[in-house]
Amino acid sequence: MSSTSAQSARTRTEPALVRWLLIIVALLFLGLFLFVPLAAVFAQALEKGWGAYLAAIREPDALAAVKLTLITAAISVPVNLVFGVVAAWAIAKFEFRGKQLLITLIDLPFSVSPVISGLIYVLLFGLQGWLGPWLQEHDLKIIFAVPGIALATVFVTFPFVARELIPLMEAQGKDEEEAAITLGASGFQTFWRVTIPNIKWGLLYGVILCNARAMGEFGAVSVVSGHIRGSTNTIPLHVEILYNEYNYAAAFAVASLLALLALVTLVAKSFVEWRMRENA
Amino acid sequence: MATKPIRRNTVIPGFGPTLGYTVFYLSLIVLLPLSALVVKTASLTWPEFLSTVAAPRVVASYKVTFGAALAAAGVNAIFGLLVAWVLVRYRLPGKRLIDALVDLPFALPTAVAGITLSSVYAANGWLGSVLEPRGIKVAFTPVGIFVAMTFIGLPFVVRTVQPVLEELEEEIEEAAACLGATRWQTFRRVLLPELLPALLTGFALAFARGVGEYGSIIFIAGNMPMVSEITPLLIITKLEQYDYAGATAIATVMLLFSFLMLLTVNLLQKWSRRHTA
Repeated sequence: MSSTSAQSARTRTEPALVRWLLIIVALLFLGLFLFVPLAAVFAQALEKGWGAYLAAIREPDALAAVKLTLITAAISVPVNLVFGVVAAWAIAKFEFRGKQLLITLIDLPFSVSPVISGLIYVLLFGLQGWLGPWLQEHDLKIIFAVPGIALATVFVTFPFVARELIPLMEAQGKDEEEAAITLGASGFQTFWRVTIPNIKWGLLYGVILCNARAMGEFGAVSVVSGHIRGSTNTIPLHVEILYNEYNYAAAFAVASLLALLALVTLVAKSFVEWRMRENA
Repeated sequence: MATKPIRRNTVIPGFGPTLGYTVFYLSLIVLLPLSALVVKTASLTWPEFLSTVAAPRVVASYKVTFGAALAAAGVNAIFGLLVAWVLVRYRLPGKRLIDALVDLPFALPTAVAGITLSSVYAANGWLGSVLEPRGIKVAFTPVGIFVAMTFIGLPFVVRTVQPVLEELEEEIEEAAACLGATRWQTFRRVLLPELLPALLTGFALAFARGVGEYGSIIFIAGNMPMVSEITPLLIITKLEQYDYAGATAIATVMLLFSFLMLLTVNLLQKWSRRHTA
């Protein structure tokens, strides 16, 4: 937000009529494409009243889906958090050949279609896959079971924390860490006392985005899940099943949980962005 | 990017372990599984591969997927620029709220987006009941695919153009105005060229995302073979028929496209950095 003087403001803006027209068109576009679909989720969730809404959420299969979604996020967020911090440390604090390539490869899961993200694990661990026969001999199940869902989710949420931390830690440089080491701090002390306080908001930002995607992923998880009701269905898959059974009110009731998660994510994200601007 | 010499003359510890873990984890989770796709495809003979990826139903799905993604990215380029402009340049109440809402397509799970878009545009939905009597059918047609892709691609252009627009120096616009340019000329000849790299990056990102998208589309598309069937759905269909080779061949084509887009976006960003530097 720049505060321009009145004179320069006049040369940098449009006539009031044009201004209002542009604002109205932009708001109409956002209203049509963002607000209407969002409002429709809650309107349809509550179409049959609160009783039906609560019943759809409390139903055992829905609760099982919520539980599986929480388990999936509890696995994929921490492992990608650790990876993100480690990768950002290696990339931001040291110079080495192939760094740019490494950064591009870390971003790779974002450019792969979710369906392919699931397919590759079927090819590895499915019955006809590389490790399929061996897994079956040892009675281990990965595809159409919880480990496959967790793996596919780890893949699609892989870059979130790393891509947030790498530019942040590169911008901060390594002077503070070098000073700490020179003054006799150990590597871990430097990391906990110097680096972590500097990157905590960026870290939180990455975790928020990672968690939202982990809980909401549909395509990749759909390929590896097998859709076994009450056992390998995450919330998004449970929504799909209810919807395909024409049980719209229940589908939207469960979907509204995810829409609420999205809203909480947006609020948390805005808050962290605000804190990062304050600290900058 | 010139290759940097390996310099280890820093006192900071942990280079070996952190880089080692990064490469190991990356290989295990991303590179190894992706190579399974390539190896599986390599087991097909060339004619087998071609007859799979160039079958009429598959080609029809490319046309629908790429066509709709291109149209959606185009609409997002225009309206995304407009939204970024309004958010950066004008005062309006609730701007912070609107700004936060722009990221909704990133935060809202795709399955939820899919069912709500489909119900809004269905014949008895909020928008469908207005559009259908006028002869515009959206749900269960290729237009629906376009609408879903527009929704999920919306934040890309706004979020790439917005920071560039914020950083633009006032002087160049003032100079243009002093030299007698009209506001439209200034926009067309001065501002737009500055914004172009960011705009194209956002367009490419939205396009790539649209092509790979699955969850938000399948509910609204109708999924009719040859008409409104997208390529990712075709992969799933083949997989459900236990045609692993077929699914893998089509997936390889899409993966190649993803690499191409990744390369394009990287080049665009390099251009953009040179542009703003």
